[in-house]
Amino acid sequence: MAVIEQLTQDFLRTKKLPHIWCPGCGNGIVTAALVRAIERADFDQKDVVIVSGIGCSSRAAGYLNFNTLHTTHGRALAFATGLKMARPELKLFVIMGDGDCSAIGGNHFIHSARRNIDLNAVIVNNHIYGMTGGQHSPLTPVGKKATTAPRGTLEREFDLLKLARGAGATFGARGIAAQPRQLEQLIARAAKHKGFSVVEALSPCPIAYGRRNKLGGAVEMLREMKDSSISVEKASSMDTSELEDKTLTGVLFSEEAPEFSEEYHKSINKENA
Amino acid sequence: MANRQEILLTGAGGQGLILASIVLANAAVNDNKNVVQTQSYGPEARGGASMSGVIIDIDTIEYPKVTNPTVLLCMNQASFNKYMPKVKPDCTIIVDSTFVSGSYSDEFNVQAFPITRAAREQLGREVVANMLALGVINAATGLVDREIFRDSIFKMAPKGSGELNQEAFDLGYRLYEEGTGQDIGVSAQTPQ
Amino acid sequence: MPESKPVLMQGNEACAVGAIHAGVRFYAGYPITPSTEVAEQMAARLPDVGGVFIQMEDEIAGMAAVIGASIGGLRAITATSGPGFSLKQENFGYAIMAEIPCVVVNVQRMGPSTGVPTAPAQGDMMQARWGTHGDHPVIAFSPASVYETYYLTIAAVNLSQKLRQPVLIMLDEVIGHMREKVSIPETGKLMVEKSSSNVPSDWKPYDEKGLTPLVPFGFGHYYHVTGLFHDQYGFPTGDPLQVERSLDRIHDKLKKYRDEIMFTNYIGHKEPRVAIVTYGCTVRSARAVVKKAYWQNRLPVGLLSLQTVWPFPDKEIEALAEQVDVIIVPEMNMGQIVGEVERYARGKAEVVPLNRYDGEMINPDQISEEVGRWLS
Repeated sequence: MAVIEQLTQDFLRTKKLPHIWCPGCGNGIVTAALVRAIERADFDQKDVVIVSGIGCSSRAAGYLNFNTLHTTHGRALAFATGLKMARPELKLFVIMGDGDCSAIGGNHFIHSARRNIDLNAVIVNNHIYGMTGGQHSPLTPVGKKATTAPRGTLEREFDLLKLARGAGATFGARGIAAQPRQLEQLIARAAKHKGFSVVEALSPCPIAYGRRNKLGGAVEMLREMKDSSISVEKASSMDTSELEDKTLTGVLFSEEAPEFSEEYHKSINKENA
Repeated sequence: MANRQEILLTGAGGQGLILASIVLANAAVNDNKNVVQTQSYGPEARGGASMSGVIIDIDTIEYPKVTNPTVLLCMNQASFNKYMPKVKPDCTIIVDSTFVSGSYSDEFNVQAFPITRAAREQLGREVVANMLALGVINAATGLVDREIFRDSIFKMAPKGSGELNQEAFDLGYRLYEEGTGQDIGVSAQTPQ
Repeated sequence: MPESKPVLMQGNEACAVGAIHAGVRFYAGYPITPSTEVAEQMAARLPDVGGVFIQMEDEIAGMAAVIGASIGGLRAITATSGPGFSLKQENFGYAIMAEIPCVVVNVQRMGPSTGVPTAPAQGDMMQARWGTHGDHPVIAFSPASVYETYYLTIAAVNLSQKLRQPVLIMLDEVIGHMREKVSIPETGKLMVEKSSSNVPSDWKPYDEKGLTPLVPFGFGHYYHVTGLFHDQYGFPTGDPLQVERSLDRIHDKLKKYRDEIMFTNYIGHKEPRVAIVTYGCTVRSARAVVKKAYWQNRLPVGLLSLQTVWPFPDKEIEALAEQVDVIIVPEMNMGQIVGEVERYARGKAEVVPLNRYDGEMINPDQISEEVGRWLS
């Protein structure tokens, strides 16, 4: 408990609390996991930068006691790319929502992955645009309702981690708000990974998503999240039929590849020598 | 030579005329003159028509576009047909007879030389026809001091090709000094 | 200023060289005609000075990365043209709001839309002023020569650092692409605004007492940067009083430092009856006219050229209008800056537009003809 209090003191801007999030929202759980992960990664506080886009989860930047950069909608990774290239020694965590990252910011997402630039993307996926009241996003499952899909969306959703891997990301993990300890470990591993890392954090939005889709309140949503997910370790000994409708959690891929900011600075140092 | 010289280099994209205009402008700078170089860009610069202009003056150059050429180079038929009718009789017109034939009023000062053919046959490299053309132009007009021009060409040429480009420039001088030959398809006509 | 041997240089190249001489060490952008040479020059030159060049996935990302790098403490620039300028507007506004220094170059081409990519125009002057949403201040320069491009780029970088305000360089295709003879001062002998990392312990990023230098991220000042209205520590606020104060703050600094922002130049008759007011490449044609009309023929004609277009040189126009019968405003558009001239002439002088929008420069004859009409 003492550790938690210390973390709260050091890494949270307690004066900025209470936060703006609705009751039952998973953003607080994900933010707390992120804070513990940063502690676990043992970075110098002054080297840590939180970059975020626009949306509910992106407001987390304002509550975290680091250098924090709350950017424009969808562009967090592009801002972060400039900052990382200018200051490769900084440790950047980029918090985005599902719409922020995969719709308006989709181009920056795939190109950050392609460059394998050392940014830690944390995507809080609540399957909906929450701040604007519940419009569908590219991560809203087919058939689910939203204010802009009142009869259920017909659009197929992205598998964000497959997208990231296909585009060249070298680390991909999925955690759920219902299992904050695992989520913390995943973000900490991502932080230590050199290259573009993606952590998808499934998070309940009972107000703008759950209610409209009759998924119950936060407790029911978290329970359902837990029941429908399975770790990659457990899944490895099961057959595909058992895994239908299951969401895989854990580290889905992790590989080594040249990291862009390091390669760039190595290349110019060579030229200068 | 009048103070303000306006040189228009015309031909097809790929003949190296924009580069030639930059080389000419550079040489003029090295010769301590005021210079402005402009060019027409766009798809026409990739295989279609190419046009670039150089203005050389001892005075400051304000309006940067060539309006009244004192020197016109035509490296292909289309450019000859297009620009020849637009110049005044006191303009020095140099044409590459490798590609250009036709007739014009004899009040115009048209001088034709087998520029590209000479580059191909005597230097074995058609690609230096542009430097050869600059040699002809400079021999005809004395725009820039010859040695300064040769130096500038050497400095601007890609590594290892300085001498070849200077040779082409010198060959331009020789062509000019030899005068127009038998194989020139351009002929003057007394105005009707 | 010590000058080195004259060289032939292109406008876009002079912009890149000026930026590097002013200490710019970061470029992010996306290729677009007729600005691409700025990117190409930066790609070639930045590695030599230990700087960063990155070609981004789109124009929006180019603007964003420049802001990110600037927050990291590197002087940063990007270049674009019409369509790309439109795409950059949102993040450009972010830089104004968050007071992040950076320089944005727009080499203007014929629009609207894809227009004629290789033809010059001056059609983005009002977009420069009002292109991003909200009520914001803008600084925009408009060079008329290769050398002016060089020194206005340096001025832009310096001012941007000092005022923590993005600065626009509104080039046009003519100046961007033309090459001319210039004498570029040696590096290290220029006035370059120094950035300060030594700040008092009570430093606030948006101190209500006035301008403070930007302390880059990574030095232990845990402030917040946002495009939301914010308090003096950078944290979001919706409080009407703070919102109003915040907006005043970004406008007031331009008023306070007006003298350092405003570059105009008058040539011609001491008591002109006819004045020409213009900017960018059109200045060259106007200068040719004034040289002939005044220097040769002693006619009462003058030219006020605007190197600074935004904030608009209101006082300069007011003073000019007191003197002359008519102000002719040649522009390569259907009439943009002429409206501002009219506004500050306040009826004291006739204001006459002279427009061309066929993708060609306004030539001296056109201006001369109009001047002649008013002199006779």
